[in-house]
Amino acid sequence: MSDRQAANDGKPGVLKVVEGKVMQNLPTELCELQEAIGNYAREFGLDFPEVRFEVLDYRLLNQVAAYDGFPTRYPHWRFGMEFERLAKSYAYGLHRIYEVVINTDPCYAYLLASNKSLDQKLVMAHVYGHADFFKNNLWFAHTNRKMLDEMANHATRVRRHINRQGLEKVEEFIDACLTVDNLIDIHAAGVRRRSNSPPQDARPPSVRKLQPNQHKEYMDAFINPPEYLAEQKRKLDLDEERQKNFPPDPERDVLLFLLEHAPLENWQHDILDIVREEAYYFAPQRQTKIMNEGWASFVHTHIMTERALEPNELIDYAAHHAGTVATHAGHLNPYKLGLELFRSIEDRWDRGAFGPDYEACDDLVARRDWDLQLGLGRERVFEVRQIFNDIGFIDEFLTEEFARDQALFSFEYDAHAEQYKIASREFEEIKKKLLFHLTNFGRPIIEVIDGNFENRGELLLAHRYEGIDLDIPFAEATLRNLYTLWGRPVHIETEVKDKGRLRLSHGPDGGSQQNLE
Amino acid sequence: MALPIERDSQRFRQIVHGHVRRNLRKYIADSELIGQQGKRVVSIPIPEIELPHFRFGGRVGGVGQGAGEIGTPIGRGEPSGDGNAAGDQPGLHILEVEITLEELARILGEELELPRIEPKGKKNVDGSITRYTGIRNVGPESLRHFRRTYRQALKRQLASGTYDSARPMIIPVREDKRYRSWKEYPRPHNNAVVFYLMDVSGSMTQRKKELVRQTAFWIDTWLRANYRHLTSRYIVHDAAAKEVDQHTFYHLRESGGTRISSAYELTHQIVNEEYDPVDWNLYAFHFSDGENLGHEDNQRCLKLVQEDLLPKFNLLCYGQVLGTAGHLFIDTLGEIHDDKLVMASLKDSDDILNAIKAFLGKGY
Repeated sequence: MSDRQAANDGKPGVLKVVEGKVMQNLPTELCELQEAIGNYAREFGLDFPEVRFEVLDYRLLNQVAAYDGFPTRYPHWRFGMEFERLAKSYAYGLHRIYEVVINTDPCYAYLLASNKSLDQKLVMAHVYGHADFFKNNLWFAHTNRKMLDEMANHATRVRRHINRQGLEKVEEFIDACLTVDNLIDIHAAGVRRRSNSPPQDARPPSVRKLQPNQHKEYMDAFINPPEYLAEQKRKLDLDEERQKNFPPDPERDVLLFLLEHAPLENWQHDILDIVREEAYYFAPQRQTKIMNEGWASFVHTHIMTERALEPNELIDYAAHHAGTVATHAGHLNPYKLGLELFRSIEDRWDRGAFGPDYEACDDLVARRDWDLQLGLGRERVFEVRQIFNDIGFIDEFLTEEFARDQALFSFEYDAHAEQYKIASREFEEIKKKLLFHLTNFGRPIIEVIDGNFENRGELLLAHRYEGIDLDIPFAEATLRNLYTLWGRPVHIETEVKDKGRLRLSHGPDGGSQQNLE
Repeated sequence: MALPIERDSQRFRQIVHGHVRRNLRKYIADSELIGQQGKRVVSIPIPEIELPHFRFGGRVGGVGQGAGEIGTPIGRGEPSGDGNAAGDQPGLHILEVEITLEELARILGEELELPRIEPKGKKNVDGSITRYTGIRNVGPESLRHFRRTYRQALKRQLASGTYDSARPMIIPVREDKRYRSWKEYPRPHNNAVVFYLMDVSGSMTQRKKELVRQTAFWIDTWLRANYRHLTSRYIVHDAAAKEVDQHTFYHLRESGGTRISSAYELTHQIVNEEYDPVDWNLYAFHFSDGENLGHEDNQRCLKLVQEDLLPKFNLLCYGQVLGTAGHLFIDTLGEIHDDKLVMASLKDSDDILNAIKAFLGKGY
């Protein structure tokens, strides 16, 4: 007790080191809860960095949530908009945020002050799940764990620009950047920065012949047959052609392309850079929403039901948990989907219901009763949470049985009735739809094709058409914003059903369309 | 205690209300939150600005979970090509919740006021009153609030477990300190009378009267919320005018011909008998569909307005509702050029707010 008193000598916000651990200024009971739950989490096998909890009232928590979990962000109306939505939602009793946790080291998590002790228990267990996920999932490997400082830095920089350039000018520019802030390369491991210097080797590449150790000239015709040499030459020629293009290959990271080649003033360059950094920071979170929430729910259910629950808390726990994983028809709840998938994986790997033999088996009864007593479930889920993101997760583990057990369906819009309606319970259809929504955040794939279109420095983008049309009016509006960023005319090529290939453009005289067929 | 994000909130509200960044107006959508009020499902409107971006057109559908046959409707959802759609319960009747009166008063309050209100009569207090009834976290030592500071320190010590009931020693820390602060109490204690005049002749259909009643109601509500000592007088007219109470004003059926001058005469008569312009601020809002009896009566009205009413009133407003073709009263009044006469057109309920702004706007 005396140690704790020494720790909290009344200075709020100051962290004291006691017995080698950093103590936060939490109320005593929460401190004790945190220690207990943290131990359960470690015993469960979780691996997480130091987690620091802070208790906030609902207003501050709504602010933090509106700021995506950070105490401060650059000034912009969109945070105000989100805050208004959260505040109204809270005021009308629609939605209560229980916790906010961010991907940093140490990991910061915020609790709602008015929650009961049981709720805080559940939330803490849930948070440890998230902390473990952030640390171990490979897709987060290159994220900046010192983002707290980075965000504050971004805010300072933007404020400085506002002071120098004026609020409306900066705000308008940020808006323009935000319209294209999802045009990043999500498969890039981390934020790519291209080296500015060209390769030093000025010699043009030439065809290389294979040289075995003891080169016998008479063998040459067999080791380096003419067809092989011709093939190599062809590849070299193609590459040379490619290098003449600008960019050489279609560029997914449109923001990087703009940063490097658009005629931006220093302050604009700085702001675009900030928007891009933040987009890359948040991208893995958006790509692993189902897994992350599923994993945290999986963790909290085990910790609560096996270790932390007191008998008199059972009913309240059941109510809280049910609320978290509830489904409304028409809405997929990532907590529920992720949790059930992890449970399904654990169950199948315990029973050995995987692998070529299982896949080959057609008998439904046999599949259901399959039980090799392998007990590999727990190990497998830990592995899964490390390797996959949502797309791989769904692709690999959403089975027909799962879809049936979970009563999944796909829905479509019926224009005649002006309603969404259940369309199909066919497994292939469901999986296809789900994967579609997860690919590229459910947005169309856009690439930079030519940065010097028509040799006039115009920008040409292309929409990789895969059967679904772009929203043309929105695309035109986005082009207008891109024109602000690029300075010279911008175009995008796409395809429209029944009309064929189309090029939308925007230039000094406004927008235009051109049929390319 | 103002949060840092409230600056962003305020900026957002300014944009939505069109005070700044008008180029963003086209991206404003009135979306809704669906909530529950007891058993009823309610819709709470919230404004949203959606910046354009590359997205799929049309409604893409998605994946859901739950019971239901193929073809079961699952909701109307949101018209976006982005990700998941659908959110409301099928088949339930949704009650539309108006934003609360306080919110409306606040929104309007940012934009409206009774113009040219002047201190008149015996009791008049200028502007607002300042009282030191608030509390702040920062301030000069001369304004420190001992009790609150002490209470805060006590709370902190209890929460962190450093309170020893055997030897209680409360030591406030810098963060515990509380200081008195001032609050402004608006006291437009001016005397004002508002006249509401409504045409209830046969040509005023149910729909037109609805529009008028809504406009009059909002003006009345807002004025009452902001001006304590306000008197309202209600006059209805067809070929003859008579004064009624508020309930009748909002519920009377229409009949009879139209003679607008009768209303103006009655108003003038009441003013002469009861409200001396020296002591009272006078305002009038007149609503009609503009189909007056004839040219002669129009001229009479012009004379009444110019000679009798305008000199005495601070503001005279005319709202014309859905008039059909032909010479309308609004054109007659248009011949008068005076700052104190404001006219507006009410075609549908969207125009109500614009009309109110036109009448009472601060001049944005």
